[in-house]
Amino acid sequence: MQLPPALHARLAGAPGPAEPLPVERDPAARTAPFRFAPRPVRFPREHDFFEEGDVQRHLYLQDVLTQVGGAPERPRVPEFTCQVAGCCQVFDALEDYEHHYHTLHRNVCSFCKRAFPSGHLLDTHILEWHDSLFQILAERQDMYQCLVEGCTEKFRTSRDRKEHLVMRHLYPADFRFDKPRKSRGPVMPGAAEQVLAEAPGDDGVPSEGDAMEVCSEHVEPPPAPTGERRAYSHREMNSCPSAALAQLPRIWPERYHLPSVLVKVPHEDLKGPRREISTSNGGSSAALWRCCWAFPPRRGGPRTLARAALHVAGL
Amino acid sequence: MWSRQRGRLKPLCCGVEELRCRRREREAALRKARREQQLVSKRLLRDEALEEAEEGCVAVIFGEAEIQQFLRLAQRGTEEKEREGALVSLRRGLQHPETQQTFIRLEGSIRTLVGLLTSNQALLQLEAARCLHELSHSEQSAVVEACLPATSYLLTYLSGHSSDFIELCLYTLGNLIVESEAVRRQLLPQGIVPALAACIQSPHLTVLEALGYALSQLLQAKEAPEKIIPSASTDSSVLGSTLPQHMLQLLQPGPKLNLGVAVEFAWCLHYIICSQVNNALLITQGALSTLGLLLLDLAGAVQRTEDAGLELLACPVLRCLSNLLTEAAAEAVGGQLQLRDERVVAALFILLQFLLQKQPSLLPEGLWLLNNLTANSPSFCTSLLSLDLIEPLLHLLSVSNVVSVLVLTVLCNVAEKGPAYCQRLWPGPLLSSLLDTLAFSDTEVVGQSLELLQLLFLYQPGAAQAFLQQSGLQALQRHEEVAQLQDRVHALQQTALHG
Repeated sequence: MQLPPALHARLAGAPGPAEPLPVERDPAARTAPFRFAPRPVRFPREHDFFEEGDVQRHLYLQDVLTQVGGAPERPRVPEFTCQVAGCCQVFDALEDYEHHYHTLHRNVCSFCKRAFPSGHLLDTHILEWHDSLFQILAERQDMYQCLVEGCTEKFRTSRDRKEHLVMRHLYPADFRFDKPRKSRGPVMPGAAEQVLAEAPGDDGVPSEGDAMEVCSEHVEPPPAPTGERRAYSHREMNSCPSAALAQLPRIWPERYHLPSVLVKVPHEDLKGPRREISTSNGGSSAALWRCCWAFPPRRGGPRTLARAALHVAGL
Repeated sequence: MWSRQRGRLKPLCCGVEELRCRRREREAALRKARREQQLVSKRLLRDEALEEAEEGCVAVIFGEAEIQQFLRLAQRGTEEKEREGALVSLRRGLQHPETQQTFIRLEGSIRTLVGLLTSNQALLQLEAARCLHELSHSEQSAVVEACLPATSYLLTYLSGHSSDFIELCLYTLGNLIVESEAVRRQLLPQGIVPALAACIQSPHLTVLEALGYALSQLLQAKEAPEKIIPSASTDSSVLGSTLPQHMLQLLQPGPKLNLGVAVEFAWCLHYIICSQVNNALLITQGALSTLGLLLLDLAGAVQRTEDAGLELLACPVLRCLSNLLTEAAAEAVGGQLQLRDERVVAALFILLQFLLQKQPSLLPEGLWLLNNLTANSPSFCTSLLSLDLIEPLLHLLSVSNVVSVLVLTVLCNVAEKGPAYCQRLWPGPLLSSLLDTLAFSDTEVVGQSLELLQLLFLYQPGAAQAFLQQSGLQALQRHEEVAQLQDRVHALQQTALHG
């Protein structure tokens, strides 16, 4: 298929429509037995017209299509230690360090040193545990915010909130990030995880990296300075990951972007009962297009096309 | 501008022929699945480098006792390396379906795994997430649905910051989503749509691609047009969220456009658009102009690079544009948001040429767009003529019946606009091409040829004469008895002979 050379120039040229030639229709054009009328065509989701493209898409998902490009390397670096004060974790891969940092040092409460998976949960925790104003307001109005992103419901007590989480959002009743405080003393680590053996999971003092409780049930708020509301580790300049990275030999690309895991070999997933599909005779192979000529098209209907028409002969 | 996709297949030990054979089998299976409307595919993320470092693939099946041992070690081991190692071994074992079955049947196993997933040990978390990912990829529903207790945590972690972890969670969620409606009935109230809407602001390309995958699975669900897409839905509304705007942003051509990410979100848009819920909204958000520009960009890329995979993006873009053009809003909306640019036609033909080489089975999709562009637009019809695209179009007539009908339809779109247009179609290769198509046995192709002939006879003096001189009557004769064609054949014979 030879394209005129000027076409590429046109593509690179100025935007804008072509000045249309004058339109002049003769009514004799659409008289019987001729029936052509120009019509934009629309295809709904399940239409057979999409079969080819859909199959290609799924081959790609299953990774049967070969892709160009080599495997990105997982940079191995000489061992280094986490720079955050008090943390002695050692790493030899950037990816591990990134995850460690974000899990344990990124969203940390400066009052009780608990770590949270997101800024949102940290904020909620500080509000409910360390803010005396919150406690006062909570006596008179609904202050306990639903934990689900996008839900704006608020509740009078944390128990009400939990019930909402379970009933409305189908959260597990022992959702780890919504544990009430049981006492005024140091909080025990989350013991919700029943394990195969009897002993509880994480032992340890409530230090940074402890169980990530969020809400409180109690009346008396712990003393907290009203000024300082939160502490993000990254505020402490010498503990941010880029500072640590700056000390390491440069063997990864400029932009701080860690390599991702690679995708492997295909997986096939067929389900459902067989359904009888009718096929046509050899003749009307282009009826596929005809089916959708009417606008809007009929949904469903007999599939009267020969499969062979969709396969390009000899290509 | 178009960054290369990261490699996805490790060099396999089997030969090229075996690969091709396997691909054919996969393709046949997928076609069958699609016809039964059960087209489901999952993605599996496995770190090749990690596996090589762990020396070889897994052949071992673990029994109950071994699994318990690993879990116990992971939970209560004293040495961190020991705990990690136990989980790594478990994870490798979970690649095997039998081990997966044993695992889920073991009491407390999932609970322990979820406990590890939410623990304060970052690397244990990561390994536990990998275990879950293996389970999510299973063919067996029981195994996949055993992951359900973890979903609220997977969603919570989407608002974290660790990009590799988030990527893993997203691919796992994507696999879970596609498993069954029951799974989605849990994920939707748990807030998966708002969680994705928040996560789409991540700057990490790997996260974005994973998110696009998960979202595309959600949008492909059967109940999506009623329950997931419309803005009226309560907690799970894609159109009601900021997702469409972000998707369009991620599809804008430019130096930041990434092929892997764009492919996923183009498919997301396709599922939304072909569900025909509220396409007018997308048009007001600039979908037509963004996709039009993307098409131009694709045409440019196709000329520059031999990269495989551009057709993966071309397909959904062609579909989105074609379907959007049928909306009333496409005409009604003004200015920038409309699609009027002549360069779109140039780009489309460059893509048609590309598809002819790379993936001829996708030609109908490109021609579908051409039909929708030209049907009601004198401007685009004029472009076809002034850019000399009739001859390349005729070249496609030999490809297949479906393609031929489409080509003839487009030519009819041009011809029906009157004498000024037919003049430019004449003389030239058109007549001989038509005589060729009259020799086809396919009724649709012949029927469309007859329609085109009628228009030419009507608007172009001398056409009928030339037709006669080239033995047109004989070409018509062979169809005199065909029911669908008779009337038109006779009418044309009359016109040709008597004017």
